Amino acid sequence: MSDAATGTTAPAPAPSAALLAVPRSGWHVATVASTRRETPNASRIELEVDGWPGNAAGQHLDVRLTAPDGYTATRSYSIASSGAGTRVTIAVDKLPDGEVSPYLVDEVRAGDMLEVHGPLGAFFVWAPDAADAAAAGEARPVQLIAGGSGVVPLYAMAEAHGAAHDLTSFRLLYSVRSPDDVYFADELRRLAEASAALQLDLVYTRRSPAGWPTPPARITREVLEAAVIPAAERPRVFVCGSTGFVERVADWLVELGHDARSIRTERYGGT
Amino acid sequence: MQHVDGNALAGPLAEFFSFDLTTAIARCSGCGAVGELARTMVYRSGAGTVVRCSECDQVLATLVETADRAWIGLSGISAIEVPRG
Ligand SMILES: Cc1cc2nc3c(=O)[nH]c(=O)nc-3n(C[C@H](O)[C@H](O)[C@H](O)COP(=O)(O)OP(=O)(O)OC[C@H]3O[C@@H](n4cnc5c(N)ncnc54)[C@H](O)[C@@H]3O)c2cc1C
Ligand SMILES: [Zn+2]
Repeated sequence: MSDAATGTTAPAPAPSAALLAVPRSGWHVATVASTRRETPNASRIELEVDGWPGNAAGQHLDVRLTAPDGYTATRSYSIASSGAGTRVTIAVDKLPDGEVSPYLVDEVRAGDMLEVHGPLGAFFVWAPDAADAAAAGEARPVQLIAGGSGVVPLYAMAEAHGAAHDLTSFRLLYSVRSPDDVYFADELRRLAEASAALQLDLVYTRRSPAGWPTPPARITREVLEAAVIPAAERPRVFVCGSTGFVERVADWLVELGHDARSIRTERYGGT
Repeated sequence: MQHVDGNALAGPLAEFFSFDLTTAIARCSGCGAVGELARTMVYRSGAGTVVRCSECDQVLATLVETADRAWIGLSGISAIEVPRG
């Protein structure tokens, strides 16, 4: 859609919390402001996006790379940041035989330019607009469940929750290979320390920290049952990670009595 | 083939629609299931994008794009409910 068209056809902002008003999407030129290793296999990339209208926590953007011969490749990346402003953070996991991710993780440098389309998606989002409901004791608790890089949009939600001093009860269950593979490790620790309303539960699948009570293992239905807000409390659940991870977790949640309508998923692909 | 959620349609559809269609509710003409487009299953390949019902796997929609036009097929959707602000 062209920028000229957006001004006249924009719908009025949705008044209800259910119809979350998200900023209009468009194509933008982004300048890489900084990059850093996030984990041994991933990079965090901070973008300065000219004309970015801000974004809600959980939204994604599409990155388009164009080769000199005109060939293009487009991939989706969740946004780790939220709110107003033109600074946008993404975090990318490197797939060894991937077309786009090795470039983003290993090659991109500060000052490089990327084409981005966003902010995108109004479904897999959380906004601290339920603060009044929380104060009135009506807000449903929120369960976040991440596998690997799938924590990116859920970190954005946890961060928005903390920044808004939202009282909604939040719990994040995060499955990672090893302690080195935790994305936003310091930020998550600080958020959990700062807010009694956020609980962080880590599951290590390959290597646990020294002294960890359980040996490394993939998430099972039993672990899920023990670490997520019980179905009886009717949590809203957000699950994100590789397609296989998301499908295993979502199926177990339904078996454990969670209402499928209350589960929102973001499959990243893969198996 | 690997698939992702209908969420990933937000970018491609924003090229043609002026609002976020992924929160619109579609009815599958095969099994009658209703749900947000964001809840469908999306299969992408070089040839294009196929959107399938997450309940019965029927093809709901297809999207094929070239440099100067796009073909949007909606053969498996019997109705779409769009929220109004
Ligand atoms: C809405 C959305 C948000 C996303 N957000 C993020 C994000 O925040 N961070 C991030 O790192 N990725 C994210 N992804 C995945 C990302 O879009 C790309 O699929 C990923 O970076 C691989 O691209 P590639 O070009 O390197 O690999 P490709 O060249 O596309 O694929 C290379 C090989 O890896 C396989 N593969 C593709 N995707 C995956 C996967 N996710 N896991 C395992 N194997 C895979 C392919 O089948 C193929 O064999 C997101 C995907 C979606 C749909
Ligand atoms: Zn169906």
